Amino acid sequence: METLETATRFAAALLLAPLLPGIVNRVKALFAGRKGRPTLQLYYDLAKLARKVPVYSRTTTWVFKAGPAAGLAAAVCALGVLPFGGRPGPLAFEGDFLFIIGLLAFSRFMTVLAALDTGSAFEGMGASREAQFAVFSEPAFFLSLAALSRVTGEFSLAGMFLSLTPDSWRAAAPVLALVTAALFIVMLAENCRVPADDPDTHLELTMIHEVMALDHGGPELAYILYGASLKLWLFAALIAAAVLPRHSGSWLYDGAFFLAAMGGIAAAVGIAESAMARLRMLKVPYMLMGGLIFAALALLFQTGR
Amino acid sequence: MKLFGPAELAALPADKFFTQLSASLSDGGRAAAYFASPADGGRRLCAALAHDRAGRLELLLSEPLSDGFPSLTPRFPQLHLFEREIFELSGLRPEGHPWLKPVRYPAGGPDPGTGDFFRVHGPEVHEVAVGPVHAGVIEPGHFRFQCHGENVFHLEIALGYQHRGVERALSAGPGARSMHYAETLAGDTTIGHAWAYCGALEALSGCAVPPRAQVLRGVLLELERLANHTGDLGALSGDVAYLPTASFCGRLRGEYLNMTALICGNRFGRNALRPGGVDFDLEPARAAELLRRLEDVFRDTEGAVSLLWDTASVTERFENTGPVSRADAAALGLVGPAARASGVDIDTRRDFPYGPYSRYDPPKPGRGDVYARAYMRWDEIIRSVRLIRGWLASLPAGPLTAPCGAPASDSAAVSLVESWRGQVCHAAFTGPGGGFLGYKVVDPSFHNWQGLALALRGGQISDFPLCNKSFNLSYCGHDL
Repeated sequence: METLETATRFAAALLLAPLLPGIVNRVKALFAGRKGRPTLQLYYDLAKLARKVPVYSRTTTWVFKAGPAAGLAAAVCALGVLPFGGRPGPLAFEGDFLFIIGLLAFSRFMTVLAALDTGSAFEGMGASREAQFAVFSEPAFFLSLAALSRVTGEFSLAGMFLSLTPDSWRAAAPVLALVTAALFIVMLAENCRVPADDPDTHLELTMIHEVMALDHGGPELAYILYGASLKLWLFAALIAAAVLPRHSGSWLYDGAFFLAAMGGIAAAVGIAESAMARLRMLKVPYMLMGGLIFAALALLFQTGR
Repeated sequence: MKLFGPAELAALPADKFFTQLSASLSDGGRAAAYFASPADGGRRLCAALAHDRAGRLELLLSEPLSDGFPSLTPRFPQLHLFEREIFELSGLRPEGHPWLKPVRYPAGGPDPGTGDFFRVHGPEVHEVAVGPVHAGVIEPGHFRFQCHGENVFHLEIALGYQHRGVERALSAGPGARSMHYAETLAGDTTIGHAWAYCGALEALSGCAVPPRAQVLRGVLLELERLANHTGDLGALSGDVAYLPTASFCGRLRGEYLNMTALICGNRFGRNALRPGGVDFDLEPARAAELLRRLEDVFRDTEGAVSLLWDTASVTERFENTGPVSRADAAALGLVGPAARASGVDIDTRRDFPYGPYSRYDPPKPGRGDVYARAYMRWDEIIRSVRLIRGWLASLPAGPLTAPCGAPASDSAAVSLVESWRGQVCHAAFTGPGGGFLGYKVVDPSFHNWQGLALALRGGQISDFPLCNKSFNLSYCGHDL
């Protein structure tokens, strides 16, 4: 029974992830006063791309093909250790928060390699930006999770989020607030959302993540798009668990509550994207440094508490 | 719109021509057009110089030349493209030109993107080639960046993909098709170019356009400006991922185009103008309807655009991006909102008043960055609405057209119109029978592309799309 529940939760995460970008787009459409894309658009896109035959540039090697697959595999693995509605994922183990950080770094490494493999000036620029911004976002992510680990005294994500309760907010509100802010900033940057990047732009010269996907097509592009939605799910789930810790005992109730929180976070991303312009490229590191400082302060506060 | 009769078209010997040209240019003259036209025994150079301050238009003609001529580009960078064009079209070689390569590349020649490019050498310098095929539905053009990381040392722009030979086709006129050629020189500047063509023909034939037609032309030209400026502000907003203004302005641009359609049945104003007047009247009921729509749409525009200036993240993005100094803008001979945004105070509507314009008061010049170019557009939107309001309130009565006879023989006319993008210059020369000997079109884009290249120098390559949008130049207007 326990195994079945865990499997159901894992499958639900994999199935529902593409819904998040749909919600973001609905909110954006609402703010812009347009009809907007259907909420399920990403599902349609994935189905369409899966049926296509990819075209490869003659300059590329197996590295180019390996990038999207490795990226998707890493994202699926990361989701495996991620708690769902306060319950541990199927792969959860002691110290798995380091594993998640490693998986994201691996996925980034493979994406950058695949981009460099094309030899295109655009992709090279995107890879360089991606690597540069990771210098700030990775430590911010690491320190946020480390602070959470200190607050709860646990070393697995499941343990951390299981021991986080509404009472933790009463006890360690500044730390949790800083962690939430840091995670939100890292989420915006890692998922190429405004203000760090613009997921809807067609202007290659301004892109960060998107430009590295320009030469991919067909099922591989589907891997990338799906992997991106899993990544958004991952960060949203971390934030949901940190902001709204809630354990009622009924996993159905907890699951529904968790999903509602995920929808709320997607809506918040949509609102942030509608309300402000993106930063100029030179200023993106400053935003990420802000996230890094929040995370570092959270850890400091917790250590001194 | 100025007519130069046979008496004013005395050809100067080569040395005198260049002395006079240099003197005029150093005296604050701006080359509105500089080109070679066919003449007995070779080709002669013609320069139309606009003395904007004095409101004086000067036309210089050289005696026929056969091979080379001294390049003035090193002293007057604004002649850079003109001299290259002269070399390309006539074979007359500007001796000492620092960067002599084709402007549009002749048919059957090399692809514009494959020619020589200015290069910066060094192990850490990399080159980024963008286009001619772009993401998004825009015209083709090739951009070559010399970069150090994210910093741009130099941008070179290679155009010519849109070359249709429309200037040559116009030179065979005036005929039944000429008006249509003029209207399609640059699709978004239909009224601007149509008016410039009509102006040249009317000047040559001595036709006095009735006041009612003048005012209706003014309404159409300002509607064209409103549509394009509003669209540009939306596009600028879209480029910095600021959704609200981008979406609203996209719709509002359509509303302005629909107002043009209300007058003449075409959203871009095709077939609205004709030599001698206009083809469509605006009876009181439709004038009232137009005014009502204008007030509604302007109120919405005001709401959408003011979001741009009130949102800190947008202004932060616009400010200090892509600066062009006043000195550079003047040296390159930039025109239109781009020049005014850089502090060069020129506007054809004030400097060379034509049609219904009198005592037009252009907005205060700006500081030269993307913000200034965006804000200049907003300032001009306000003024255009004011102009249309005033004109519609007191539409002069009278006929819509005056007969436009055959052009005078052996004469020339230079016609200047301030289109939304800047000054459009058409120059026509007639032969003994009144037919065109030569017809020269200078779209504002021809002056301003160099300004875009300069705006990027020392800037960030990721700012290119934003700078590009802030100029929003025409490819086909340049390529002709």
